[in-house]
Amino acid sequence: MSMRIAIENLHFTYPSGVVALRNVTLAIEAGEQLAIIGQNGSGKTTLIKQLNGLLRPSQGTVRIGDWLTTEHSVAKMAARVGYVFQNPDDQLFKGTVRDEVRFGPGNLGFPAEKIELLVQQALTLLELTDKADVNPYDLTATWRKRVAMAAVLAMDTPIVIFDEPTTGQDYQSVQRLAQIFQTLHEQGKTVIAISHDIDFVAENFSRIVVMGQGQVLLDGPAQTVFAQAEVLNSTDVEPPQLTRLGQRLAIGPVVYTVENFLAALRKENDMQGER
Amino acid sequence: MAIIAIQNLTYHYPQTTQPALQDLSFQVEEGEFVAVIGANGAGKSTLCYALTGFAPHFFRGEMSGQVLVAGLDTRHTPLEELMLVAGLVFQNPGNQISGAKFTVYEEIAFGLENLGVPPAEMRPRIDRIMALTGITDFANRSPYALSGGQQQRVALASILVMEPKLLVLDEPTSQLDPIGSREVFETIRAMSKQGMTVIMAEHKLEWVATFADRVIALANGEIILNGPPAEVLTSPLLIEHHIGQTRYTTVAKQAQAEQLWPPERALPVVIDEAEAGFRAYKK
Ligand SMILES: Nc1ncnc2c1ncn2[C@@H]1O[C@H](COP(=O)(O)OP(=O)(O)OP(=O)(O)O)[C@@H](O)[C@H]1O
Ligand SMILES: Nc1ncnc2c1ncn2[C@@H]1O[C@H](COP(=O)(O)OP(=O)(O)OP(=O)(O)O)[C@@H](O)[C@H]1O
Ligand SMILES: [Mg+2]
Ligand SMILES: [Mg+2]
Repeated sequence: MSMRIAIENLHFTYPSGVVALRNVTLAIEAGEQLAIIGQNGSGKTTLIKQLNGLLRPSQGTVRIGDWLTTEHSVAKMAARVGYVFQNPDDQLFKGTVRDEVRFGPGNLGFPAEKIELLVQQALTLLELTDKADVNPYDLTATWRKRVAMAAVLAMDTPIVIFDEPTTGQDYQSVQRLAQIFQTLHEQGKTVIAISHDIDFVAENFSRIVVMGQGQVLLDGPAQTVFAQAEVLNSTDVEPPQLTRLGQRLAIGPVVYTVENFLAALRKENDMQGER
Repeated sequence: MAIIAIQNLTYHYPQTTQPALQDLSFQVEEGEFVAVIGANGAGKSTLCYALTGFAPHFFRGEMSGQVLVAGLDTRHTPLEELMLVAGLVFQNPGNQISGAKFTVYEEIAFGLENLGVPPAEMRPRIDRIMALTGITDFANRSPYALSGGQQQRVALASILVMEPKLLVLDEPTSQLDPIGSREVFETIRAMSKQGMTVIMAEHKLEWVATFADRVIALANGEIILNGPPAEVLTSPLLIEHHIGQTRYTTVAKQAQAEQLWPPERALPVVIDEAEAGFRAYKK
């Protein structure tokens, strides 16, 4: 079963009357690495809460593989889509880190041995092993965020979604996150992340979706998306640091990582040497 | 005159052996904008608490040394009194929202009511702050029926509106969109130019470099660097202590090794310097 995500003509209005999504159509193939960026309130969280059935379309459809989200319970959807909340406190409720991480795979009905293995792996990956017996609420918010990630990774779902995973994380933790995403990708999983850390997005995602006012404004690889400064500006996004610097120096095309910035700089330099 | 004077501050949370802050001493002048950087667990939030009296009054724990804020010794001044001079924007916006109010507007008015500001004066102040933080459109919504970034803006507005002498912000833009973050830094920079003293814990080094007067770097509860942004943010200690550096510093350093950045020139921390350095070396 391919875990293709197919969102078609999706509209969503909160019960209070706020229109959060307007006619979103998006297909995400199994194994893609996709980032979603855009203004506060542009509908990013609302969109991904549709993927595991936490929210249901007002109009339109969302399919995960052969399942329509309207036809399956949230508990059942959890076998296909793992979702790390924007705020870990919306997600955590167990008395110890280990119980928290064990809860998800336990619910999916895996055999006991598999559960223990998944829990161990997730704790190790997020460097939580020595905190396994601590109450998550005795940890700082930054650590709770990691617990929330471990709890979702332990469910071993084919699709994993992270809502602002880099928030509050230091440089080393952000690098570790990048490695985790890479590992998940190598395991064939679909990785989706929402982020305001544009440098991080540019360096780690092959496809970027830009949202504004409940709609998809842009969808493509970094070099095309970050070339659209005006559209980005309309949804309060600035291109990555190195894209902005590259544009000022007119080295090009569109650079967005340390490597491709330096490559463009070398090329520019060689051309000048020949003149 | 120094509005903050910290002498040999050491602080332990209850039932902990490792101090969260260890022998800190520094002063901050009125109107200064000081950024505090450091890896996770370095002590940024704890320093924010110590500056506003939440440590030790709220978190308890053991404190030694002295923290003077606007002449008040925080250890011997009740929290209610400290709150009149020092405002704290919490790292987690959920901790800020009182839960006692139905609308965003009322939430922001709450602090002013506590300060005893006359009603006639309240409306223009609230309207101005809501516009500055981009939440005017949500004035009548519940503070909970908002996106993460919108909630963080409300938390920020609820403190800014009180115009404290000392404004302490703990990662106030962590959930804001990129232009929103820049705007918050600009707003806070402008307020500090008008005399408000600002201490801000932050990971966003590009904006720290662009807007702060001074940067204090913490590691394991100790001050490892304290100086101008251009100096602190190019220190090799930042990599060692998992704080990182701006992409401008990273590329210039690598370019220097390949003779693509002037050998004598200081490494850049902001885009203007990066542009000037690379231009100076082109042709
Ligand atoms: N529980 C809710 N009730 C009513 N409206 C809501 C609720 N949550 C969000 N909204 C509104 O829906 C719209 C989309 O919000 P959403 O949380 O999807 O934005 P977002 O893109 O994730 O923003 P952020 O970057 O701030 O997290 C916004 O206008 C927001 O105010
Ligand atoms: N309420 C608390 N009780 C006990 N220890 C605490 C408490 N809050 C923080 N600590 C510990 O104090 C130290 C400093 O934590 P602090 O939260 O000040 O760091 P920080 O620099 O703000 O980190 P972050 O980037 O994660 O927000 C850490 O070792 C932390 O685990
Ligand atoms: Mg969101
Ligand atoms: Mg903190």
